Amino acid sequence: MKKKTSIKELELRANMIRKSVIQMLAEAKSGHTAGSLGMADIFTALYGTFLHYNPKKPTADDRDYLILSCGHICPVLYATLSSSGFFPEKELLTLRKLGSRLQGHPERNCIPGIETTSGPLGQGISQAAGIALGLRLDKKKNKVVCITSDGEHQEGQVWEAALFIAHQKLDIINIIDRNYIQIGGNTEDSVALGSLKEKYDSFGWNTLEIDGNKMEEIVEGLTKAFQSKGPVAIIANTVPGKGVSFMEHDASWHGRAPNPEQAKEALNELTKIEEGLKK
Amino acid sequence: MKLNPLLKLAESLEGLPSDATRSGYGRGVIEAGKNKQVVVLSADLTESCKVDAFQKKYPDRFFLLGVAEQNMMGVAAGLSFTGKIPFVNSFAAFNPGRNFDQLRVSVVMSDANVKVYGGHAGVTVGEDGATHQMLVDLALTRSLPGLIVVIPSDAEEARKATLAIAQKEGPCYLRGGRLKVPTLTTKETPFELGKAEIFVEGTDVTIAACGVLVYEAVLAAQELEKQGISAEVINVHTLQPLDSAALVNSVKKTGCIVTAEEHQINGGLGSAVGEVLSEQHPVPLIRIGMKGFGQSGSGGELLAESGLKAINIVKTVEKLVKKVKS
Ligand SMILES: Cc1ncc(C[n+]2csc(CCOP(=O)(O)OP(=O)(O)O)c2C)c(N)n1
Ligand SMILES: [Mg+2]
Repeated sequence: MKKKTSIKELELRANMIRKSVIQMLAEAKSGHTAGSLGMADIFTALYGTFLHYNPKKPTADDRDYLILSCGHICPVLYATLSSSGFFPEKELLTLRKLGSRLQGHPERNCIPGIETTSGPLGQGISQAAGIALGLRLDKKKNKVVCITSDGEHQEGQVWEAALFIAHQKLDIINIIDRNYIQIGGNTEDSVALGSLKEKYDSFGWNTLEIDGNKMEEIVEGLTKAFQSKGPVAIIANTVPGKGVSFMEHDASWHGRAPNPEQAKEALNELTKIEEGLKK
Repeated sequence: MKLNPLLKLAESLEGLPSDATRSGYGRGVIEAGKNKQVVVLSADLTESCKVDAFQKKYPDRFFLLGVAEQNMMGVAAGLSFTGKIPFVNSFAAFNPGRNFDQLRVSVVMSDANVKVYGGHAGVTVGEDGATHQMLVDLALTRSLPGLIVVIPSDAEEARKATLAIAQKEGPCYLRGGRLKVPTLTTKETPFELGKAEIFVEGTDVTIAACGVLVYEAVLAAQELEKQGISAEVINVHTLQPLDSAALVNSVKKTGCIVTAEEHQINGGLGSAVGEVLSEQHPVPLIRIGMKGFGQSGSGGELLAESGLKAINIVKTVEKLVKKVKS
């Protein structure tokens, strides 16, 4: 663990990230809301406490690598990078606009802190594997963290990579956003993923399961994962749309942005949460 | 007929040694391996792609990826992000046939310094049949902006091309074949990515060819000379970026052109040449290439069956020259 930040402080920051996500998406009028909100706690913990980076030298040799494989939830990554000092906050409102550095799906080096191009699902975990392998060849100890989604696990490439990473015993932390939604609804009604924990266990990964919206559990899980060697899968059970009552658990918010009234209501709800946390 | 003396090609077409471009590629990879950043990935086709020698010589920089071409392409991208120069090996049918989106996104769009080897390309892979005869890889790869696409014509050129792409920063695709073909180029023959070479100078017709069809085109020029037709043969070893100046200059002189390739007739060399010339210097053009999928047979039989031999080029040129002159 690089920095010590209190659970309360992290929770407050995550809430701020959620507010940014709502504002960005409302301004952009399109984009992926549910997954971005659901993963705000984990991104906050990663950048607030665990990852080693220098926003002034985003490609420094000793940085840890955060590979976002499910690129559609990039609003939460952009918001976290900005709040961690990688680029000015006001740029967040350019998301998805012509000429913006904040592309609808992230592109390698489009803005400081973005390591890879993603969006076409299934590719990030292989890239993470290559990075971990390259680092090992150079005898470097940088951490490699990959964020994948549950729907993405219907892609065969993810399992090709999972086999390869286990075989090579690569030092990779794969955090899986297990929110049980994809575009068409519940993942289990589409092509059921079942127990991802059992699957990763049987592939030879060290597997943890956490509540991905409980900051203590996130910090505890990431602490274990950052101390482990070899591949670690963290199945993070998250609530899609977390923090906004009318979005939670509703797959229709997978790829929909709030209209102005909805955004206002969402921000009100998030402000109430903030006030509660400050009490 | 004389081979262009400036290129220091073989002295005569008689008694040339035969070798497959894949073997030249394998030798090139070993040489490139002197650079410690070079790593080699194989999806269970190590010997077929002739990277077994690299595996033996540099076991620490060789990785088995299993039969998993999509993951292999992504892993290569990741390796390149840490400064490595990965060579990604499989048959062209799968690499880039199976992993095209990984090539598009993880590699080319990401400007990853990855070298893709598409082996056993074309009908000349032979007996394995149509499923394994990749005839659309050039259409796929040249559709990607920024990807360098190279089709060596013989083993020696393949060796040089391999060294050239290892040194070139950025994504590259190299097409290799299994059939042994006469080695027309020598150690002294120059090779520069993006620079087409005039193997035979001529004035009546241009024949632009790539891969195994280059040798056939040279044979055709020899035959045409006997009939009083002076054919210029251009080896277009780099399909992207295309040496349009060389092509335009040639047709300014000859006034017509035939293209020849071991690839579907749409989307490959013929299409690329047609696009450039119709914009810059339109002349009558006939494309020679595959029209449909292949079948089992020996590589040589399949070239003949598919109309990809010197005799087919000769007949096409005769037809074209007659039309242009009348
Ligand atoms: C290869 C590929 N196929 C299809 C898509 C379109 N797509 C974007 S997100 C998505 C749903 C994936 O599920 P998940 O990532 O779990 O969604 P979330 O939990 O964020 O709602 C799909 C099918 C894609 N981006 N990539
Ligand atoms: Mg999901």
